[in-house]
Amino acid sequence: MEELDGEPAVTVIPGVNSKKNQMCFDWGPGEMLVCETSFSKKEKSEMVPSCPFIYIIRKDVDVYSQILRKLFNESHGIFLGLQRIDEELTGKSRKSQLVRVSKNYRSVIRACMEEMHQVAIAAKDPASGRQFSSQVSILSAMELIWNLCEILFIEVAPAGHLLLHLLDWVRLHVCEVDSLSADVLGSENPSNHGSFWNLPGNTQTLTELELKWQHWHEECERYLQDSTFATNPHLESLLKIMLGDEAALLEQKELLSNWYHFLVTRLLYSNPTVKPIDLHYYAQSSLDLFLGGESSPEPLDNILLAAFEFDIHQVIKECSIALSNWWFVAHLTDLLDHCKLLQSHNLYFGSNMREFLLLEYASGLFAHPSLWQLGVDYFDYCPKLGRVSLELHIERIPLNTEQKALKVLRICEQRQMTEQVRSICKILAMKAVRNNRLGSALSWSIRAKDAAFATLVSDRFLRDYCERGCFSDLDLIDNLGPAMMLSDRLTFLGKYREFHHMYGEKRFADAASLLLSLMTSRIAPRSFWMTLLTDALPLLEQKQVIFSAEQTYELMQCLEDLTSRRPVRGESDIQQLQDEDIETTKVEMLRLALARNLARAIIREGSLEGS
Amino acid sequence: MEEIYAKFVSQKIRKTRWRPLPPERLQTAETFATGSWDNEENYVSPWSIGDFGNLDSDGGFEGDHQLLCDIRHHGDVMDLPSFDRERIVTASSTGCVTVFLHHPNNQTLSVNQQWTTAHYHAGPGSPSYSSAPCVGVVCNNPEIVTVGEHDHKEADHKEATRTIDNADSNTFHAVTFLQTPEILTVNSTGQLKTLDFRQQGNELSHILSLTSDRVPLHCVDRHPNQQHVVATGGQDGILSIWDVRQGTMPVSLLKAREAEMWEVHFHPSNPDHLFTCSEDGSLWHWDASTDVPEKLSLFHQGGRSSTFLSQSISNQANVHQSVISSWLSTDPAKHRIETTSLLPSRSLSVNSLDVLDPCLVCGTDAEAIYVTRYLFS
Repeated sequence: MEELDGEPAVTVIPGVNSKKNQMCFDWGPGEMLVCETSFSKKEKSEMVPSCPFIYIIRKDVDVYSQILRKLFNESHGIFLGLQRIDEELTGKSRKSQLVRVSKNYRSVIRACMEEMHQVAIAAKDPASGRQFSSQVSILSAMELIWNLCEILFIEVAPAGHLLLHLLDWVRLHVCEVDSLSADVLGSENPSNHGSFWNLPGNTQTLTELELKWQHWHEECERYLQDSTFATNPHLESLLKIMLGDEAALLEQKELLSNWYHFLVTRLLYSNPTVKPIDLHYYAQSSLDLFLGGESSPEPLDNILLAAFEFDIHQVIKECSIALSNWWFVAHLTDLLDHCKLLQSHNLYFGSNMREFLLLEYASGLFAHPSLWQLGVDYFDYCPKLGRVSLELHIERIPLNTEQKALKVLRICEQRQMTEQVRSICKILAMKAVRNNRLGSALSWSIRAKDAAFATLVSDRFLRDYCERGCFSDLDLIDNLGPAMMLSDRLTFLGKYREFHHMYGEKRFADAASLLLSLMTSRIAPRSFWMTLLTDALPLLEQKQVIFSAEQTYELMQCLEDLTSRRPVRGESDIQQLQDEDIETTKVEMLRLALARNLARAIIREGSLEGS
Repeated sequence: MEEIYAKFVSQKIRKTRWRPLPPERLQTAETFATGSWDNEENYVSPWSIGDFGNLDSDGGFEGDHQLLCDIRHHGDVMDLPSFDRERIVTASSTGCVTVFLHHPNNQTLSVNQQWTTAHYHAGPGSPSYSSAPCVGVVCNNPEIVTVGEHDHKEADHKEATRTIDNADSNTFHAVTFLQTPEILTVNSTGQLKTLDFRQQGNELSHILSLTSDRVPLHCVDRHPNQQHVVATGGQDGILSIWDVRQGTMPVSLLKAREAEMWEVHFHPSNPDHLFTCSEDGSLWHWDASTDVPEKLSLFHQGGRSSTFLSQSISNQANVHQSVISSWLSTDPAKHRIETTSLLPSRSLSVNSLDVLDPCLVCGTDAEAIYVTRYLFS
C-alpha cells in the first residue's frame, strides 16, 4: 500500500454527534451510508438519544450538476467517435484526427465554462454564485492543462512551431483572465516579429530562423552595450526585455499574471527555437524566479511542470488527486493512449491505467439514476474488466417502468448477457405476479426463456381456473405459438386451452383424444387430473359414443390411479367431510359414466357397420 | 440533411411534441414541448425555436431552441399530446394524468387538472393497491382517452366517464385515434386492437396481429387523410403498414434497424412521407412519394383534394389507382420507398420525434434535442 499523499479531508455530518456515539458505515457503489449507533463512546452505558437518520454520503457531486451533465453527454459522443477511428490510419492523417478530437473535447469544456459563467453572474445568492465561479475556475484550469497536453503530447510540435503554439496557449488563457494588461505585453510582440516568423506556409528551415534570430539578438545586444537608448529608460528596459533579460521581465511582474506567461515570454526573447526536451529546464527556473520564494507552488503549477517535463503519468496522477471527478483524467488518458503514449503499466488490479480510469468514471456514472446509459458504452471499451463490471452494474439498475426495463434488456441482449437477461425478466415477472398480472408474468418468462418461472406462472393459471372456473388472459394463452414448448406445464396449459377450443367447435373426437393424451402422457399435473376427468364427463354423456373402448379403459385406469393414491383421512372436521363427500360423489359419477360408455363402446365396436 | 440544431439539455427526453398551429396556418411551427424521464425530478418544458423577429439573410430564423419555462412532473413523462393551443396533457409512469396550462404572457406552466389514480393494478380501496403507468393519451377536444398498461379510460373535462378494465392481458404500448369514437391500440404481443366507444360493453371490437412471432409493437400512427391506413413500429425494428378495414395481417413490412422503433409519424400534410426513430439512435425519413408521370401532381398534395379530383376523371381504373395510398401498394416495382437517415451521428436512443411542416424535432437519451426547420429542402 502506498503512502497517502496528503491528509484525508474531514467531512462533518450534520446531526450526528460523533463525540458521543460511535458511527457505523457501509460502502455502496458510489456512495456511503452512515448512521449513528447507540454505542456510547464513554464507559457508561447510558442511553443517549441518537440521531434517527441514515445519511447517504456522496463524494462525486459533479454528476448531479445540471451544467456538467452536458459535458458528460457531449464528451460521451466524442469518446465513441474516438474509439471508432480506424486503427489502420497512421502518420499524419491519424495525428490530425487525434488533434481534432482533442480540440472537440476542449471546445466542450469551454462551452460548459461559458454557460457556468453566465449562471454565476445571474446567481441570486452570493454563496451559489461563488460556487459556480469556483467551478468555472476549475473548468478553466482543466482546459489549460488539456491544451498544454495537446501541444506537447498530441500535436508534438517540433522546435520553432512549439513556441508559436505556446504563445497561442498563453494568449488564450491569460487574456481571458486579465484582458487589459496582458494584451499589452502579449500582443506587441507579434507585430515585431510578424515578418520574422512568417506564420503559415513557413518555408524557412529551423536553422535559417535560428540564424536570423541570432543576428537580430546580437544587434539588440550591441545597442544595449553602446547605451544607444540610455537617455530613455523606458526604451532601455524594453530593449532589455527584448533580449530576454530575466530581471527586466520580472520587473513587469504585475503584467504577467502567472509563471507560465513569464516562461513563454522569456522563451520568446531568449530562445524562440527552443526544443521540447529543453522546456523543462526553463519551466522549473521560471517557476522559481516568478514565485521568488514567497509562495509555494499550487497543484496546478505542479501539474503544468510535470507536463513540461513530459512526465505523463505524473500529470495524470496529480490531476486525479486534485480533481473531484474522474471525467478529466479518464478522457485525457484515453486520448493519450490512442496516441500510443502510455506504456502498459500494470497496476495492482491487473488492468492498465487507461482502463482503470475509465472503469472508475463509468462506475461513477452508474451511481446516477439517469447517466447510467453513458456508462455502458465506456465499459464496452474496457477490454479486460469492462464486461464483468457491466454485468454487475446493470443488474442493479432500478427498473421503475417497462420502458426502462426494455432498454436495459436490449443492452444485455446485444452483449449476450443471458444471465442478466434472465434475472431482469424474473424481477419483472415477479412484479407482475404480485400485481396479479399473470399474462405479463408469462410474457416475461417466455422472453427470458425461463422454464422454471413459466411453470410457476402456469400453475397459478391452473389454480385460478380451478378456483374461478375460467381463465384470465385468454388472448395470451391462446396465442402462445412455439413458446408453448418452454416448459411442460406451459405446454399443458396451451393444450388444455386447445381442448376447450375443440370442444367449443364441437370437434368431440379430437377433443377426446387430446384430453386422453394429456393424461396418459403425464404432462398434466396430478392435482389437475380430477378436473380433466370431470371435463371428460360431458363427452361421456353425449348421445354418440366418443370414447372408444380402448380409450375408456385408459380413462378408468387413470381414475383408479388417482383414487388409489389418495391418502386415507383419519379424523376430519366438517369441511373436510363435505369435501370428501363431493369427491366421492364425483368419483361415483365418473365410474358410472365410464361404465356406461364402455358398454356402449363395446357394443358399437362389436356390431357391424351400418347395421 | 442540413441545418440540424442540437442542444444538450441535461435531461433525457422521453417525448417531444409540437404545439398545434392555429387554423389560419400563417405561421410555421414555433413551440414544442418536451417531457423527460429517468431523472429524480422530471420536467415538462415548452421550448421555442428561433428568436422572434430575428431573421438571417435567407429570411429564416437563426439560433437554436430556447427553454421557455418548465414545471416539475411526478414520474416519467410517458406521453405528451396537446389538448389544444394552450393545454398539454401528460401521462405519467405513476399512473397520473395531468393537464397543464401554458400561459404565454408570463411564460409559466400550471396544473390545470389532475387525475392521480387514473391507472392502477389493484383498486385504491384494496390493500394491495399499486399504481400502474399510463402509457398513452389521445385527445379529441373535449375528450381524453388514456390507456394504462391494461385498461382504458375515457374522460372529459371534469372526470373519467368510462373505464374499461382488464382490456388486455398483455401490456398496451401506444394508442391513436382511428376515427373519432374509435381508438386503436398496440400491445406487447404484436396485436392491434380497436375499440369503439359508442358501443357498450367492454369487448374490443377487432383484433389484428402479426404472425405468431408475437413481437411487441411500440408505436402506432394513423395516416392523416386515409383513416384506415395505420403504421406501426415494433421491437425488432420492423415498420408495418396495415389496412384496418381488411385482413388481420399487415399489408407490408419494411425492415429498418435491428432495434426497437419508438415512434412513427406520418407527415401531417405530406403523408407520403413517414418518419421513424429507434433505440439505436437512428432517425429515418421514409419517402414513398412516386413520380409516375401519368399521375397529376395535384394528387400528392393532400388526400382530400385527390378524392375530389378523382371523381372527375372518367377512367375508372385510374380512380382506384389514385385513391389507394402509396403505402398500401404491394407492388415493389412501382413504389420504391426511399429512406434517408437524418441524424449526423449515432449515439444513444432517439426516443421521440414530431413533425410539423416543415420542422422536425426529436429528443434522445443522450440528453440532446435536435431541431431542423428545413425538412424538404
